Amino acid sequence: MPFDLAFIWAGLIAFAVLAYILLDGFDLGVGILFPFVRGEQHRSLMMNSVAPVWDGNETWLVLGGGGLFAVFPLAYAVVMPALYAPIIAMLLGLVFRGVAFEFRWRTTRGKWLWDLSFAAGSTVAAFAQGVALGALVQGIPVAGRAYAGGWWDWLTPFSLMTGAALVVGYALLGATWLVMKTEGHVAERCRRYARSTGLATLALIAAASLATPFLNEVYLTRWFAWPSVIFSLAVPALVALCAWLLFDGLRKGRDTQPFLAAQAIFTLCYVGIGISFYPYIVPPSLTIWEAAAPDDSLSFLLVGAAVLVPLILGYTAFAYWVFRGKVDPEKGYH
Amino acid sequence: MLLGYEAIDLARFQFAFTVAFHIIFPSFSIGLASYLAVLEALDLKTGNPVYRRLFDYWKKIFAVAFGMGVVSGLVMSYQFGTNWSVFSDRAGPIVGPLMGYEVLSAFFLEAGFLGVMLFGRDKVGPGLHFFATLMVAAGTLFSAFWILSVNSWMQTPAGYALNEAGQYVPADWWAVVFNPSFPYRLVHMVLAAYLTTAFVVGAVGAWHLLRDRRDRAAQVMFSMAMWMALIVSPLQIVAGDQHGLNTLAHQPEKIAAMEGHYETRSGAPLVLFGIPDDENARIDHVIEIPHLGSLILTHSWDGEVKGLKAWPAEDRPPAEIVFWSFRVMVAVGFAMLAIGLWSGLGRLRGWLHEAPWLHRAAVAMGPSGFVAVLAGWITTEVGRQPWVIHGLLRTADAASPLDAPAVEASLIAFIVVYFAVFGAGTFYILRLMNKRPEGGESADGGAGEGPIRTGGVAQALSLDAGRATTAK
Ligand code: HDD
Ligand code: HEM
Ligand code: HEM
Repeated sequence: MPFDLAFIWAGLIAFAVLAYILLDGFDLGVGILFPFVRGEQHRSLMMNSVAPVWDGNETWLVLGGGGLFAVFPLAYAVVMPALYAPIIAMLLGLVFRGVAFEFRWRTTRGKWLWDLSFAAGSTVAAFAQGVALGALVQGIPVAGRAYAGGWWDWLTPFSLMTGAALVVGYALLGATWLVMKTEGHVAERCRRYARSTGLATLALIAAASLATPFLNEVYLTRWFAWPSVIFSLAVPALVALCAWLLFDGLRKGRDTQPFLAAQAIFTLCYVGIGISFYPYIVPPSLTIWEAAAPDDSLSFLLVGAAVLVPLILGYTAFAYWVFRGKVDPEKGYH
Repeated sequence: MLLGYEAIDLARFQFAFTVAFHIIFPSFSIGLASYLAVLEALDLKTGNPVYRRLFDYWKKIFAVAFGMGVVSGLVMSYQFGTNWSVFSDRAGPIVGPLMGYEVLSAFFLEAGFLGVMLFGRDKVGPGLHFFATLMVAAGTLFSAFWILSVNSWMQTPAGYALNEAGQYVPADWWAVVFNPSFPYRLVHMVLAAYLTTAFVVGAVGAWHLLRDRRDRAAQVMFSMAMWMALIVSPLQIVAGDQHGLNTLAHQPEKIAAMEGHYETRSGAPLVLFGIPDDENARIDHVIEIPHLGSLILTHSWDGEVKGLKAWPAEDRPPAEIVFWSFRVMVAVGFAMLAIGLWSGLGRLRGWLHEAPWLHRAAVAMGPSGFVAVLAGWITTEVGRQPWVIHGLLRTADAASPLDAPAVEASLIAFIVVYFAVFGAGTFYILRLMNKRPEGGESADGGAGEGPIRTGGVAQALSLDAGRATTAK
């Protein structure tokens, strides 16, 4: 594998998307779980647990999209029209849930409306992301330098399944986050939800993993070729280990362990998808190198990224640290 | 098909609609973030509780507006790919990295410190809190810097080369970023954001002064806003004039459309009013001032000014739109100047806070900044047509290979959702603005919702007790 600018950038974009999934995943999950927890003070608590950080989390999505535009413009130009409907649905979902963080505190009569908008927006956004992922895994046809399919191609049983998987998976992240950040009723409830969504997530991961190698010849050979076969065997084993840690932590009433275990499961699945994809950025049509912008563009932005990404990680960590520990139910933020 | 338009026109309308909504929020939050930083600095420096009260008052409004700016911006960053994929492929190597810098240097900065600024006052010390506010304000300005560089490059491309794949690729990054129209556009837009905010703040101050002219917080915000109006409006007019001259050098057809000139003439008049007719390439019912057009644009009595007919019909921007949008912007600019001068007179004579007609006018001018910003952007963007990258790539060649029903469905969804969601947000903001900023001012420290009168300036200055009750 050539270690050049395009390769480095593929790694950085992959990192941004992973950061997005791990961070926004739990706050979308909080939204998905919203309808399942009743009581005004409990819902306030749930929302306040993510209010100071959601915007930063979502910015990784802007970096994923904007970064793709910057360094793999051809991939961006092909993928966005191909996934038109799910992307628009995701954006609208994110509009609804994003405004709810502030709007909900600005009205008493209309509060239910913004609670609904928060829950439905989060769910739709998660589902649309899962569908988009599934459609990407299935493959996107390209002719010349443009998308060559129809605008319903993304819709298949497989992509619907990955959509459902992401909703359930984010709910798991959200539940374990709330176990970590809250006490009392919400935490108790979420411990239960973490168990059920954990089981469902594992089942859906298994189903998707079994289906993937048969979607495309390439995936099959990739997974069973040397040396990636090491990963192919290691990834499922590690997922099993993390699953055990998750349920063990929940059983023993641990605060942080379930959250970390759930995050690790997501990371491993992501690595698995990475193995399937490499060296393609738009399977089965475009490789990283075919889609990359010229080196002048890549190096120009890399200079900034080298300085700014560590800074970003630093002050993001600072923000999480400021709001560390359990959320105090007595202290409404508003 | 419901609307019966081609995919390309729907895509154009969708882009214009979503970006027009988006720009409303940054215009306000760029200015408001800086205003909050100033208020917090004054609070730290003077310890006068009125500044903390104003900070907390505007902070809530900022949070609502900023949230809407973020979600509408998120939509923008994906629109380039969904609706303008050919543009994305061909211009991506240049505009992509600039937007990448915007994400890395601006969006993360804002988002990272926003939480601390809004919710972290009692978790971090006052110094760190002020630092967070400063970082949010800096983030909004960095954001304007990069996105305006992108837009300006599309207006006046420079520093590029063409590769075999038909992509525009960077040849000289410095020339790309600081392309010919960028400095003008940056200055003009940032001043626009400050003016927009000043007029909103001024309107809210005036609104509360109309109810109670001794409301100290209202006095302070009104006075601060009117200083901005007095100082920044003339600067903005000068900046706008310079911006126009620069446009004349690089996009003369845009100026011809703005001025309503179809014929090339020396000693051209300044058209004050008229009805441009693009189809027949003529302007009817004109009211004009002879020679003034040439004087403004070329600084000479008989200078030659090109008219739209100097370009082939397919290269002309639609004068029927930009002629009007330009006039709206300029009219608002002069109205702002008038308010600034009026308030200056009031300040000199000492009736700034006791002038109901000035206050009424200021309330009426509250939304004027948004009107000018939208009119200005319509002038800029429609005046660039038929190009998406001026002289290089036509809008018609830049769109995604999408079917009309797909774009149509998403367009309708955006219209419905934006009006509903951002309409509700605007309503909440107006309701927050209607609340009195005065809270906790009364001598016994009670909540200031009711019509509690206090003794004005001197009392507010001595009311350190108020601080403890308002600090949350
Ligand atoms: C508060 C807002 C505001 C006000 C009062 C004005 N403008 Fe403006 N104008 C803008 C806000 C704006 C803007 C939104 O910021 C634009 C759109 C794009 C840009 O670069 O700035 C703009 C564009 C713009 C352009 C188009 C440049 C181009 O497309 O290349 C010109 C020529 C002017 N302005 C000139 C003026 C003049 C002569 C004004 C004097 C009264 C004026 N503007 C007031
Ligand atoms: C600074 C960032 C901006 C960029 C990069 C940008 C870019 C674009 C692009 C790609 C298009 C679509 C192609 C076209 O129809 O020309 C467009 C059109 C348009 N934009 Fe902008 N735009 C920006 C800001 C704005 C703002 C703030 C407004 C606010 C009103 C605006 C108003 C419009 C309008 C009205 C059109 C449609 C023009 C037409 O098709 O006749 N733009 N712009
Ligand atoms: C087509 C052009 C544009 C795109 C793609 C775009 C993209 C975005 C995105 C993704 C965000 C959200 C950032 C976050 O997550 O925190 C945002 C917010 C913002 N944008 Fe834009 N934007 C565009 C036009 C503009 C223009 C013309 C300006 C001003 C000159 C501007 C200034 C800002 C500012 C200050 C924010 C911070 C949020 C706020 O103030 O409400 N943007 N934009």
